[in-house]
Amino acid sequence: MEKIVEIDMIKSKKYKDKAGFRKRNNAMLKNINAEKLIETILLLSAAAFILVIVLITLFIFAKGVPLVMQVGIDDFLFNSDWRPMKGAFGIWAMFVGSLTVTFSSMLWAVPLGIITAVFMAEIAPPVIGRWLGRLIELLAGIPSVVYGFIGLIVIVPFIREVLGGNGLSVLAGAIILGIMILPTIINIARDAIMAVPQEYKESSLALGATHYQTIARVIIPAARSGIITAVVLGMGRAIGETMAVVMVTGNSTVIPENILSPVRTMTSNIVLEMGYAAGDHQAALFATGMVLFIFIVCLNLMVTISAKAGRK
Amino acid sequence: MMANNWQDRVATAIFWLSALFIVAILAGIIGYIIIKGISSINLDFILQPPSKAGREGGISTTIVSTGYLTLMSLLIAVPIGAGSAIYLEEYARSKNRFARLVNLTSETLAGIPSIIFGLFGFVFFVLFLEMGWSILSGSMTLAIMILPTITRTSQEAISAVPYEYRDNSLALGASKWQTVWKVILPSSLPGIITGIILSIGRAVGETAALILTAGSSLGMPLSPADPARTMSVHLYVLVAEGISMERAFGTAFLIVVLIMIINYFANLSLSKIAKSMR
Repeated sequence: MEKIVEIDMIKSKKYKDKAGFRKRNNAMLKNINAEKLIETILLLSAAAFILVIVLITLFIFAKGVPLVMQVGIDDFLFNSDWRPMKGAFGIWAMFVGSLTVTFSSMLWAVPLGIITAVFMAEIAPPVIGRWLGRLIELLAGIPSVVYGFIGLIVIVPFIREVLGGNGLSVLAGAIILGIMILPTIINIARDAIMAVPQEYKESSLALGATHYQTIARVIIPAARSGIITAVVLGMGRAIGETMAVVMVTGNSTVIPENILSPVRTMTSNIVLEMGYAAGDHQAALFATGMVLFIFIVCLNLMVTISAKAGRK
Repeated sequence: MMANNWQDRVATAIFWLSALFIVAILAGIIGYIIIKGISSINLDFILQPPSKAGREGGISTTIVSTGYLTLMSLLIAVPIGAGSAIYLEEYARSKNRFARLVNLTSETLAGIPSIIFGLFGFVFFVLFLEMGWSILSGSMTLAIMILPTITRTSQEAISAVPYEYRDNSLALGASKWQTVWKVILPSSLPGIITGIILSIGRAVGETAALILTAGSSLGMPLSPADPARTMSVHLYVLVAEGISMERAFGTAFLIVVLIMIINYFANLSLSKIAKSMR
């Protein structure tokens, strides 16, 4: 663009005056340089993303890997003896704890979330669908520490009185976590269902299927990959959740026996002990974070790859 | 849509009940916090600093800390986030490898749990860069966490600007940057603002990452090098250490009201965008 203008200027008789021309030309060059500079700055801010993820990986691994090597991968991952003051760093109980709480929360939040997503996309009158969408945004916006607080003063005493035990349990974690992952599941599943081509639905209805038959046999199968994405991202959210879980699950470092047993997740372990940990103990907490990080990144990659496969 | 047999009727009931159940959960949570919390709220609670570890006094310093951290993190994240959105949408040769990589990292960052950011912020800002537990470490960590949100909403807004705007501006002799600065940014401002509002919500509620990076000092933060305790961290400490349930309810009340206000503005700016795109 600028080059054309420049050539025009050279041709134009207006700028025959040499000094004037040089002045204009310099200003033009300066503009071109400024444009280049701005583009570089913008490029660098985009590159910051890559830098950040590289730094995060580097620093967490640099802290975690040496400890895992020292303890041995086997003993670190598959041993449930966690006594950091005595040099025993086995996170198996917490690994199992994270998975137990996560899957128990998904057990009820996934079906409820998908049903609600179908309701919003297919059944609800538009006004109700829109309002429900706003309420779900609000649900997503409530901070996890508030969920933990509610869990501790409402859910935990309820479990203690109705089901026994001391209330701080897998069940309390599953109830609170389920509520927290509902918005993720509903939003993504709803978008996937809405993206199903209208013709699919119309063809099915034209063949004489009822609305519900169409939903169950045409729309949900067509939105399958999006619904799976919703479930996987919900799972990622659940497994990474910290504050709410730490407040309601009791945090003892044993493998839970049943749904009323207390449990400690990997995330809870980090936030509970980081405040006073030092040396190997601190490194072991970073190693716990590293395991969590690898887990989450794998889940994300699965979503990205399956989304790509879905597009093809 | 007429339910014409018992299966359909049962299905209809299940769908409506599910939706009602979710509304009931939300109403229950917000109603409970508001009813239990409102009695703790008075001017002193908002304006007085906490004393005796939060057992007495108000929560003024934690309100200031929350605002301080939020503002600082926005100052860092908004230019970088908007800048990279502009680069990805306007400068990167349509979906080249670099742009794809940045988009992928942005998605990955958005999925990483806050405790991981906390660990990173602790080892990198607090220890490696020797910033200590401070507003600075906390806001840098927060900035990284809100970066994907700001970039994504900005990208969406920029890509919604009609092509003719660019063509017209360039045809009038404006340079690329002039076009971006004077035409594209103003038309995509509502989207960028939505990203900022959503980020404020995230910053207000964040706890795990800030405990590890900003510390939990109850003092009034003056310089960015001072440690600070936000309202959310304060709520956690009050509850976890059993300091004062009454003050915990008051703090939770303020957080929930703040989130509702933020949510309202986010909806407002989103519906403005929807209108302008029509």
